[in-house]
Amino acid sequence: MSLKGFHIVFIIFSTLLALGTGAWCIWVDLVEGAPIYLAGAILSFAAAVVLMVYGVWFYRKMKRLRIIT
Amino acid sequence: MEIPYTVSTRPDTGLWNAKVGIWLFLASEVMLFGGLFSAYIFLRLDAPPGMWPHGLLNVPVGTMNTAILIMSSVTVVLAWAALKMRKYRAYWWYMLATILCGVIFLTVKLVYEWPQKFDHFGAYIKPEELGKYEQYLGNEHAAAKGLPPRLEVTGHLHNRAALNDPNIKEYEVALDPLNADPSNPAMDRPHFFYMPPTDKIATIEKADVQYATMFLPKHSAYFASYFTITGLHGMHVLGGVLVFIYMWLPVSKRLYQRNPEHLANRVEVAGLFWHFVDLIWIFVFPLFYLL
Repeated sequence: MSLKGFHIVFIIFSTLLALGTGAWCIWVDLVEGAPIYLAGAILSFAAAVVLMVYGVWFYRKMKRLRIIT
Repeated sequence: MEIPYTVSTRPDTGLWNAKVGIWLFLASEVMLFGGLFSAYIFLRLDAPPGMWPHGLLNVPVGTMNTAILIMSSVTVVLAWAALKMRKYRAYWWYMLATILCGVIFLTVKLVYEWPQKFDHFGAYIKPEELGKYEQYLGNEHAAAKGLPPRLEVTGHLHNRAALNDPNIKEYEVALDPLNADPSNPAMDRPHFFYMPPTDKIATIEKADVQYATMFLPKHSAYFASYFTITGLHGMHVLGGVLVFIYMWLPVSKRLYQRNPEHLANRVEVAGLFWHFVDLIWIFVFPLFYLL
C-alpha cells in the first residue's frame, strides 16, 4: 500500500474517531448536563465533516496528479 | 557501492526494497502494540469494583494532541506529494510543519501531562479502616447511589518526605474535589476536565493505608498501562521526528539534487511509519481518555 492509500485509511479512522468523540460528548452531556460537552460534540462533528471533505479532496487531487503508484 | 532498488522496483516483488522493509516492520509493530492493547483491555475487564480510575486524564488536552497528530499526517503526505511534483520549497515547509507538530505533541506530554501525574498522590485505605475516612470517601452515599466503593484518597501531597521517611507517621493531603466533598452528587460521575486539588487538607495515618504512592506506573494497573503505552508511543513519535529532521536538513537537499525520486521514496517510507504511529494514537486516545 502506498502512502496515499494509508493516508486515506488514516483519515477514515480519524473521521470515525471524531464521530465517536461527538457521540461520547453527547452521552456525557446527557449524564452530566454540562453545556460545554455539547459544544465539544458540535466541534467533534464539525471536525468529522472537515475530515470527510478533506479525504475526498485529497483522493481527487492525487488521482488528478497521477503521482501515486 | 550502489544499493539496488531504492528507486526502481524489484522484478519479483514489484516494490522497491524500503517499502517491503517498512511494511514488515509495521507488521511487527502491530503485534507489539496489539499485545499491549490486549493486556490493557483484559486488566480493565478484570479490575475489581472501584479499583479502575476514571476521569484522571485531561480530555481537552488529549483532544488537542490528537488534532495535532492528525494535522501532522496531513502535512507529511503533502510534503511527499510536493516532492513528487518536484517542489522542494513546499516540501521543506510541509516537513517543518510536521516536525513542529511532533515536537508540540511531545512537549505537551512531557512537560504538562506526565509531570501533572507525577505530582499527584493517592492512598488506598485498608478495608477495615474505611469507616474512619468516611468523610473523605463518602461510601455510604456511594452505596445508596449504587456506585462502586471508593477506596482511595487522592490529592496533592504536602509532606512528600512522608513517602520515604518512616519517622513521619501521616500523610498531609490537599484533597481532590471528589474527596473534599464526596457526598456531592456532582462527584458521582467522573470529570474529564482538570480539577485542581482543593484547599481542604486531610491527615491520613500511614498505619491506616494499605498502599500509597504518587501517580506513577506502580500506582495501579491503569497507570502502568497508561505510562507504558503512551511512553512507547512517545518514543515512536520522537524517532519519527528525528528522521524527519534529517530529511529536512540540507543533507537531504543534496540527495534531492542528485536523485529526487530517491528522497521522495525515503519520505514515503518515513510517512508510512508516521501514519502508523498516528493511527496508534487514534486508538490510545479513546481507550485512555474517553472510555
